[in-house]
Amino acid sequence: MGRPTPAVRAAKAVALTVVVLLVVFPLWTVLATSLASPQNVISNGGWVIWPEDFSFGAYTEILQGGIITRALLVSAGVTVIGTALSLTCTIGLAYTLSRPKVYGGKPLLLLVLFTFLFPPGMVPLFLVVQSAGLFDQYAALILPFLVNVFNLVVMRGFFQSIPSELIDAARIDGAGEPAILRKIVLPLSKAVIAVIGLFYAVAYWNRFFEAIIYFNDQTKWPIGTVLRQYVTGGASLAETSGEMATTSPQSVQMAVVMLATLPIVCVYPFVQRYFVKGVVTGALKA
Amino acid sequence: MNILFRLGTAREAFDVSMTRVRGGAGGTSPPAEKPPTQPGDERPRTWRLRRIRADGVLLIIAVPGLVYFLFFHYGALFGNVLAFQDFVPFLGISGSEWVGLAHFERMFGDPEFWNAVKNTLLIAALQLVFFFPAPLALALLLNSIVGDTVRRFVQSVVYLPHFLSWVIVVALFQQMLGGAGVVNGWLSDLGMGGISIIGNPDAYGPLVIAQLIWKECGWATIIFLAALSQVDEQQYEAAALDGAGWGRRLWHVTLPAIRPVIALLLVLRLGEFLSIGFEQFFLQRQSVGPETGEVLETFVYFTGFASGDFGYAAAVGLFKGVIGVLLIYTANKVAHRLGEQGVYQK
Repeated sequence: MGRPTPAVRAAKAVALTVVVLLVVFPLWTVLATSLASPQNVISNGGWVIWPEDFSFGAYTEILQGGIITRALLVSAGVTVIGTALSLTCTIGLAYTLSRPKVYGGKPLLLLVLFTFLFPPGMVPLFLVVQSAGLFDQYAALILPFLVNVFNLVVMRGFFQSIPSELIDAARIDGAGEPAILRKIVLPLSKAVIAVIGLFYAVAYWNRFFEAIIYFNDQTKWPIGTVLRQYVTGGASLAETSGEMATTSPQSVQMAVVMLATLPIVCVYPFVQRYFVKGVVTGALKA
Repeated sequence: MNILFRLGTAREAFDVSMTRVRGGAGGTSPPAEKPPTQPGDERPRTWRLRRIRADGVLLIIAVPGLVYFLFFHYGALFGNVLAFQDFVPFLGISGSEWVGLAHFERMFGDPEFWNAVKNTLLIAALQLVFFFPAPLALALLLNSIVGDTVRRFVQSVVYLPHFLSWVIVVALFQQMLGGAGVVNGWLSDLGMGGISIIGNPDAYGPLVIAQLIWKECGWATIIFLAALSQVDEQQYEAAALDGAGWGRRLWHVTLPAIRPVIALLLVLRLGEFLSIGFEQFFLQRQSVGPETGEVLETFVYFTGFASGDFGYAAAVGLFKGVIGVLLIYTANKVAHRLGEQGVYQK
């Protein structure tokens, strides 16, 4: 292949820089504003690109307790428990549906895939959750989303791509299904489990709408719902931020955005290397 | 919202529907019930029991997931009957009065419903025209990067927004483009008048598309990049030897090679034409008002949960769901024809 001319290379470099800046710059502004001192924020008109003097006031304030600390704990708990439950159920069902000749396998697969065509409506799902007595229960943020049919299909596709010779050999050696799953299938599926786990975790962490309709008790809200109320909903954080002299409301708002973003940014690099390996193979082979 | 997953799932749907068609037409037993393999298994009942026992562990680990689908999905599917009821929460589905198609009649005469339809179609069309090609362009750019490190870095950066919630994305856009935001600050520093984007109904369409591109464009490149990696290097070399420049190689080698993927994704996207998303519009409807900001799903939400008109809201939701099924079904039929050379055959 011929070398691109310098002009083409320069154009590419500019285009890539613009793309990267478009993603990074807004996040950077949020970080900078959350870390700037109140005087700095006010003199700059509400936002900062490069903090002139740092202050962790916004973070110490919202982490002292109160609604945001509680919301972060709720989200963390829902995310950890939800992801564990979701992965367990997804792996179990996906593995069964991936085995050829399981009794009733085809009808069960149809039963599951039909839900892809017709996802539950908002109002009927609300009534199901209500009838299950899940109002104001943290389970309402987990159980209605326990298994995602896309994730299930990707995982099933990955399980199917495991050479059947391996499984047959283990069976001949006398391994039962639990041992095959634990000692052969799961170790080979680390990539797809990591990726699907990340998808579930992110979905649980980001969930905000359900708490609005299922929770009357605002103290049980997860961070997404609180964020919506105080940042994008325009409500003031004043009632939660005590000492207005040491922090600016903008810094506090941006600190909340930062805390809602941070866990994702932290986990993401560790799972990212599995994206292509886990997801593309799973999806393409499905 | 994920193309990769849709591909996989669409493929599954064909397989299953094809199996069903074949099984029905041939008059044979369903494929799951394979004839007994061991001699001596004459009576089907014994054979079935034996099969269930043999697959016992497998069937048991599938139970939690199946219960979930039965309860939350099929339960909710059944719950759609309230679209035909004058539903009173206190009385429940069994106690509420049946009203037949009254909600649907009301729907067709409701100007607010038609306004939501109009806005939904408008945004869906904008998504198709502006969001669909964006990942392809970005993928071509990424694919042309020679250095591995640079490429991986850029990929990491552009995938990230996919994992942020809509609340965060909307907050970021407010911070950047809002009345007191960064861009307006720059403009006033330059002595220019401010621009009104957030909360301006005229800018709502472009704004929601820009948000969607910011959030999902990078992630959507994955499938295109996978397709681009399959393009035969030798064809590039041959074209380059023949004197084809960058533009001609793109037009005559790259694009024809990934055309099946593009066509397939386009068809699948058309199948989900009405699925424009909910949270993004739920979060921003108030800022521009229902005239511009109301889409079908927010209409269902505000009719059902804010006004308490559950039966009517369920009817609108059911209507949208049925149209959606028809669209997906048609798209999958078309995609199956294209699928012979689609990515998932690789």
